Amino acid sequence: MSEKEKKQDTKKKDAGKIFLEEVSQSPLTVTILAIFSGLLLGGLLVALTTEDVYRAFNVSIWEGIKTGFQAAGTTYQALFYGSFGNPSKIIAALQSGEAEAIRRAFNPFFESLVVSTPYIFAGLAVALGFRVGLFNIGAEGQLFIGAATSVTAAIYLEGLPTIIHVPISLLAGFLGGGLWGFIPGWLKATTGGHEVINTIMMNYIAFRLSEYLLRGPLKNPDGFTPVSAPIQDSAKLFRFFDSPIRFHLGFFIALLFAFLVYIFLFKTTWGYTLRTVGANPRAAKYAGMSIVQSTVLAMFLSGGLAGLAGANEVLGVNYTLALAFASGYGFDSIALALLGKSHPTGVVLAAILFGFLRNGAIQMQVLAGVPVDIISILQAFILAFIAAPAIIRTIYRLKEPEIDIDAVTLRGWGGN
Amino acid sequence: MTTTTTSINNLERTSPTRRIVMGILFLAIAAAIWFLFIQTLEPGVETTFKMMPSGSGQDIPDWIFTTVPVLYVLAGVSLVAGGYQLARGFRKRTNLVLGLVSGIFIFAFLTWATADGSLNLAGLIRSALVKAVPLTLGALSGVLCERSGVVNIAIEGMMLTGAFVGAFVGSVTNIWLGLLAAVLSGGILAAVLAVLSIKYKTDQIIAGTIINIFATGMTSFLSAKFLQVYQELNDPGRFPTIDIPLLSDIPFIGPILFQHNMFVYALYIFIILITVGLYYTRWGLRTRSVGEHPKAADTLGINVFRTRYLSVILGGFMAGFGGAYFTLGSVGRFDEVMTAGRGFIGLAAMIFGNWNPIGSFSAGLLFGFFDALASKLAILRVPIPSEIMLMFPYLATMVILAGVVGRGQMPAADGQPYEKE
Repeated sequence: MSEKEKKQDTKKKDAGKIFLEEVSQSPLTVTILAIFSGLLLGGLLVALTTEDVYRAFNVSIWEGIKTGFQAAGTTYQALFYGSFGNPSKIIAALQSGEAEAIRRAFNPFFESLVVSTPYIFAGLAVALGFRVGLFNIGAEGQLFIGAATSVTAAIYLEGLPTIIHVPISLLAGFLGGGLWGFIPGWLKATTGGHEVINTIMMNYIAFRLSEYLLRGPLKNPDGFTPVSAPIQDSAKLFRFFDSPIRFHLGFFIALLFAFLVYIFLFKTTWGYTLRTVGANPRAAKYAGMSIVQSTVLAMFLSGGLAGLAGANEVLGVNYTLALAFASGYGFDSIALALLGKSHPTGVVLAAILFGFLRNGAIQMQVLAGVPVDIISILQAFILAFIAAPAIIRTIYRLKEPEIDIDAVTLRGWGGN
Repeated sequence: MTTTTTSINNLERTSPTRRIVMGILFLAIAAAIWFLFIQTLEPGVETTFKMMPSGSGQDIPDWIFTTVPVLYVLAGVSLVAGGYQLARGFRKRTNLVLGLVSGIFIFAFLTWATADGSLNLAGLIRSALVKAVPLTLGALSGVLCERSGVVNIAIEGMMLTGAFVGAFVGSVTNIWLGLLAAVLSGGILAAVLAVLSIKYKTDQIIAGTIINIFATGMTSFLSAKFLQVYQELNDPGRFPTIDIPLLSDIPFIGPILFQHNMFVYALYIFIILITVGLYYTRWGLRTRSVGEHPKAADTLGINVFRTRYLSVILGGFMAGFGGAYFTLGSVGRFDEVMTAGRGFIGLAAMIFGNWNPIGSFSAGLLFGFFDALASKLAILRVPIPSEIMLMFPYLATMVILAGVVGRGQMPAADGQPYEKE
C-alpha cells in the first residue's frame, strides 16, 4: 500500500479501524499468531497423548477437559522452568546468598542462550541463502565440516596465545563450512545442478567423512569411542561464569555476525547485488551483475556461517568433536530462517525462541515426562503456518495484504 | 553391473566434447585396471566366487579362476571401447557402452579384491537387491510426484511415518492392516504436501521440509511415549519369505531374485505398473504433460490440479509402503529415525535414474550394491575405508546432476506451482 493511498484511507476511516487493519495486515501479526497456534496445537497433542485425560473423560466430560488443560499446563510450566529457571528456586537462592546456588538457579536461562548461539549462526546461513534465492538445505553438513576443521586447528596448533588461537580456530571453521557451501554453489553456477539436491548429498558426504575422521585420523589416541582429543585450553571461548553456567563469548560473536550480515546485505554494493540476484535474476543479469559470482559467493558465505555454528559448539561448549553431535540443526535452521523472515534481526529473535524451547524441552522431558521431540512437532506446526500464511489469515479472519512482501521465492529444480 | 545403462539411455544428444570425454573415461578405466589392479597382484593368484547365497538350498560349485588373465581381458575390452569411442564414436549407444564399461570396472574391482580369497558373489548381489528395495520404493514415490510437477523431498518423512504406523497398527491388529495403515499414512502426509504446494502455493521444498520435521518429531514423540513403554505395541511381526515356485529353482538367479518376502515382489510389480502407466496409458500421458507444461495441458482440458493431487497422493502411498518395509519387511519393530536418510538416497536414486521407474530401480540397485559392498569390505583386501565407499551414491548423484557424463531430463515444470489464469 503506497503512502498516498494510506492517506486517503485515513480520511475515510476512524483511527481505531485503521489501527486494526494495519495490525491485521502486518506480517508480524501472522508470525505471532503462528507461534501462538503452534503452541496451542502442541498443548492439544500433549492432552491427547496423556492417559489420565482419557480416564478423566470416563468420569465426566468436564473432568476430562479439566485434566487435559492440566496436562498441557504442567507441560508448558515445565518448559518455562526449564528454559528460564524456576522462580521460587531463584528467589530462594537469592535469599540464601550462596554464589553456587544462585548460579544453579540462573543456569537454565543462560543454558538457553548457549543453545541459541549455534541457531543464530545456522539461521543466518540459511537466511543469507534465501536472500539470494538459494535454498541451502546443507547447513548440517557444513556445520559438521566447520566443527571438524575448527577442532583440528584447536587441537593441533600449539603454543599460541588465546587472542590468536581462538580467531584462527573460528576462521578454520568458517573456511571448512565455506568450502562445503562453495562446492554446491559452484556446481549451481557452472552446471545448473540444483543446490537443494547437491547440499543434501553434501550433507551425507559430510556425515560419512566425519565418521571416517573420528574413527581414524581425528580420533583421540587415548580413547576407545569415536571422539576427538580435547582442544587446547588456548582455543576455548571465554566463559563468563563458573560452573555449571556454560554461557560463553560465542553468543556475542553470533550477535556480531548477525550485525555484520545485516550491514553486508543491506548497506554494501555486494549485498545489493546479491539481493537483486535473489529477487530477480533476469533483471540482475540485464544490469550487468554476475549471477555466477553472486551464487558462488552467497553459498560460500552461507556455508561459512554454518561452519561457524559448528566451530562455536566445539570451542565454546563441548571442547571435543563427537559423532552426530548436532544432528537436526540443518532442518531447524531452515525453520529459523523462515520464521525470522530471512532478516538478521528476525533470525536472532527466532534463534533465541528456538533455543529457549529446545533447552526447556529437555527439562520438560524430566519433569513432565513429555518427550523432547514435541519441539520438532511445534516447529513443524509454526512453520506450516508461516509458510502458508493464508491458513492463519483464514482461521483468524485477517485481511489479505495487497502484496506479500515476505513470500520466499526460490527457483525450481531446473534452476533456470 | 549393466544397470547404469538404462538410467541414462534416454539421452541421445551427443556432442563432440562428450564423445571425447567418454573416450578418455573408458581409457582411464582401462588404465586403472592395469595400474591399480594388475600391477599389484602376483601372477598366479586365484579368485573364488561363491555362486549361491547362504541358505538358498541350491548346490552350485564355486567359480574359481586365475585372476590376472581375467583382468587383462577386462582391461583390453575397456581399451578397445575407449579407442573406438575416440576414433569413431558409439553415438547413440554411448550410454550403453558407458554402463558396460562401468560394469567391467566394478567386476574387475571385485575380482582384484577377492584375489587369493573368496567372496560370496550371489550373496552380495542378493544383499544389494534387498538394500535397493526401500531406496527404489522411495524413488518411485518421487517419480510419481515429480512427473506431475510437484517436488517431493518429504519422501524421508513419509517413509518414517509409514514405518511407525505400520509397526503400531500391525501390532494392535494384524500385519496386513498394519501395511494398509502405513500406506494410508503416507498418503495423508502427501495430501498435506499437495494442499500446501498446490492450493496454498507454498514453496514445495519448504512444504517438504515441514513434513520431514513433523514426521521426525511425531514418530519419535509417539515412540518415546508409547512404543518404548508398552513393548507389545511394537511387535508387529514380519512378512514371511516366499519362494516363487519354479522361478526360485533357477540356478544362481532364482535365489537372488525369487526367494524374498512380499515387498520385493511388490517392488517388481510396481516398477512394471508405473512404467506402463506413465508411458503407455492416457493417465500417464496426462500426468507427464502436466509436469512438463501445465498451461498447455490445461488448454487441452486436462485438470492440472486434480492430476497433481492424484499423483502426489499416489506417491505418498508408495512412500508409506516403502516405510512399512522397514518395520514389517525388515526389522520387525520400530526404532526412532530408523529410515536414517534412505528417503533422501531414494530421492538421489530418482534423479540418477532420470525420473523414470526402471532407471530408479537401476540406480537403487547400484546404490544398494555399494551399501552391501561397504559391509563386506572388512573381509576383502581393500584399502578403502567403508565410510568412503558409502559416499559413492551421493558423489555419483552430484556427478550426474552436474551433467559431466550426461544430464538427466527432469520434468520441465517440476517445482513450479501452477496458477490458473
